[in-house]
Amino acid sequence: MPYRLQLQGITKRFPGVLANDDVSFAVIPGEIHALLGENGAGKSTLVKMIYGIMQPDAGEILWDGVPVTVANPKAARRLGIGMVFQHFSLFEALTVLENIALGMDARIPGRELEARIRAVMLKYGLLLDPHRTVATLSVGERQRIEIVRALLLDPKLLIMDEPTSVLTPQEVEQLFEVLRKLAAQGCSILYISHKLHEIKALCDTATILRGGRLVDTCDPKAETSRSMAEKMIGAGLKDIVRGEGRVLGVPKLVVSRLRTKKSGHFDVPVDDVSFTVKAGEIFGIAGVAGNGQNALLDALSGEIRSDDKDAITIDGYGIGLLDTTGRRKRGLCAVPEERNGHAAVGDFTLSDNSILTARDRLGMVMLGLINSGAARTYTGKVIADFAVKALGPGSMAGSLSGGNLQKYIMGREILQKPSVLVVSQPTWGVDAGAAAAIHQALVDLAAAGSAIVVISQDLDELRALCDTLAVINMGRLSPARPVAEVTVEEIGLLMGGVHGAEAPDAIPA
Amino acid sequence: MQFRLEKRREPSRLMTYVTPVAAVVLTMLVGAVIFSAIGYDGVGAVREIFLTPLTNAYKWQDLGVKAAPLIIIGVGLSIAYRANVWNIGAEGQYVIGGLAGTGIALLTYGMTGWWILPLMVLAGMLGGMAYASIPALLKTRLNVNEILTSLMLTYVSVQLIYYLIRAPWKDPMGMGFPQTRLFSEAARLPTIIPGTIVHLGVPIAVVVGLIAWFIMSRSVFGYRMRVVGAAPHAARYGGFSENKTIWLAMLVSGGLAGLAGVLEVAGPFQRMVPGFPTNYGFTAIIVAFLGRLNPLGVIVAGVVLAITFVGGEVAQTTIGLPNAATGIFQAMMLFFLLAGDILIKYRLRRVVPQAATAGTA
Repeated sequence: MPYRLQLQGITKRFPGVLANDDVSFAVIPGEIHALLGENGAGKSTLVKMIYGIMQPDAGEILWDGVPVTVANPKAARRLGIGMVFQHFSLFEALTVLENIALGMDARIPGRELEARIRAVMLKYGLLLDPHRTVATLSVGERQRIEIVRALLLDPKLLIMDEPTSVLTPQEVEQLFEVLRKLAAQGCSILYISHKLHEIKALCDTATILRGGRLVDTCDPKAETSRSMAEKMIGAGLKDIVRGEGRVLGVPKLVVSRLRTKKSGHFDVPVDDVSFTVKAGEIFGIAGVAGNGQNALLDALSGEIRSDDKDAITIDGYGIGLLDTTGRRKRGLCAVPEERNGHAAVGDFTLSDNSILTARDRLGMVMLGLINSGAARTYTGKVIADFAVKALGPGSMAGSLSGGNLQKYIMGREILQKPSVLVVSQPTWGVDAGAAAAIHQALVDLAAAGSAIVVISQDLDELRALCDTLAVINMGRLSPARPVAEVTVEEIGLLMGGVHGAEAPDAIPA
Repeated sequence: MQFRLEKRREPSRLMTYVTPVAAVVLTMLVGAVIFSAIGYDGVGAVREIFLTPLTNAYKWQDLGVKAAPLIIIGVGLSIAYRANVWNIGAEGQYVIGGLAGTGIALLTYGMTGWWILPLMVLAGMLGGMAYASIPALLKTRLNVNEILTSLMLTYVSVQLIYYLIRAPWKDPMGMGFPQTRLFSEAARLPTIIPGTIVHLGVPIAVVVGLIAWFIMSRSVFGYRMRVVGAAPHAARYGGFSENKTIWLAMLVSGGLAGLAGVLEVAGPFQRMVPGFPTNYGFTAIIVAFLGRLNPLGVIVAGVVLAITFVGGEVAQTTIGLPNAATGIFQAMMLFFLLAGDILIKYRLRRVVPQAATAGTA
């Protein structure tokens, strides 16, 4: 069978980095092809070249057997290449139809476009009302807009970049059905993910990249998740090691009736949230993105201050009125979900980024002056202990890959030995090897007596890591349950809450 | 042939230094062409404006005197702009600073004592701060854009001069001229090089630049300004409140503009006159950007802009260039600088378009 897409010896060099080194593989029509690799392995760069966002330095792209130069995304779409990005580009205040119309290269009258949208939705079972405002849609529904937008162009190759990271288990299953239907009709799919069990369930072939080079092309159904992960990181994978006979200590972090005000137009505030985390406990908060996780993290970190001193207490001491600096001094460190621009400043060096949160706890400031030597030393320690791939403390944070920046941020907070650590999406977009290292560091911190709150959309992560689990939905938190007692289905239904039509009666009272 | 901008992995340090120089060179080239095209001696204009002030040793003292207020105000603005606080009204704060100093000078008229000048300086700085705190208050309380309020207050301050020197502060011996009386000796800024017009404000400007550089690069205050400007969300996470930062930025930039004002009125002017607002406060915006918002760079940029002021005056007399020419050259410099800045984060790359449509049939 002729190849739909063939890459031959693709090489891309950035100053100081070889992002892709002589990568060759091929995708046949109707194939679901996984592209697998650690962060910084070169997946995104490769895909950007296929979609015309960047040009290869060497090598050839063959489309239906003909060598092509994809000058820009518009040219890629003309060839029949569609792409669904990890981050959606949608206007929340506009309707589905308006959003799709804005993204089209050709100008199509509204009525005709709507008819075509409805035809595509019918064909692939993508349920969506074209006249709904995007702000009222769940993340899964928003993703469907992006998929419909790509399918309207009748693509012969669809690139999906980490599409499931924000979906509930039920939504993932629906997505897979659509993708299988597409493939059955001859559309090839290039599927980028680091969730190995999904790749096993969905993909026909997997191409594994490591350090910019192709290490293996294999049949994921014939491999185990573990064997693929090991190929990806090039070493044996470590399991999380927990101390034997762990006993949880006294309540350390107590949150009672915490509320936040609604700030943005489409922002979900925290509504009457209460929970307790004991010393040594890892407390997981599951939920679909956009259900108040950001407000909860800000309210715990101190970016949003409470007007009740005792809404949040550490060891019985009320910290509700303190700002982030005050709370850090009392032992509470936090890591927000957004790395670049929130947890770290991209235009600053790593060393300067350490000053952002560690300056008071680690004595980096004397009489208002910054001890940059201390910041550099500490940053060097974080880089070494958390195996951050960076040239040194003087590297710009923005030059690190997402996973490496996350390792640095997690290391920066964990090595401060906080007595309470609140993290959101600790391993979002991070590869298996780095995720395992971060998980182990969290477990070790808990074993040393800290109370840890993990807010995540990744159920596998929460189930592997946490002692206790609760679900956040529309700003309200479900009662906490020991992790061993809850099933994935139960959590999925709680997460679906208002958005999922499956079980409206499962919303926590 | 087609070019496209590609994002660099790290901002180019080289370009940070190259673009200001390139902006000055481009200004000279384009300026020569434009003024030739409209019938002046374009090459001569560039020579008179940019080179004569440097080659003629007699003009060096003028350079120092013009550069001093530009540097002092520019340093303050560079600090505020780092934090994305856009104080456009330094001219107004400069005027109020000058008026506050004038007030002290008139109150102490005829007195002697070493304390008079320091008191004037203090009053000038407080005046500038007070005037800058109006936009700060409006911004932090009502979220009113500081660009508009600070700019509009400039025009108010100029009217205040006109009122004061026509009525309550008018020189009783001035034969009706709208100006104050000449300050007494103790209220005048001493010259530091005998026989020249170089006054104490010149070394003060350099010291202000050096102190500001140290504070911006080494202190938590400087860190706060930089982080708020670079990533406001991260700044909040790091424990720096936005409102406090706005206040600090406005007070520092307003205070320094006020300092420049009082040094100017006690130095070159030695009395308050209607011609006191000389647009130093606006030109200092160009100085701050040309100096890369870095106090050391501001010192250099202040001298460059002073050259265009002095050179503009030279060109007026020698080749009859209109006074507005200086403004045109200064504006071109800012234009080329801001346009060139894109090369710090992006590189220009050639793409070959001919095969772009291959395979679509």
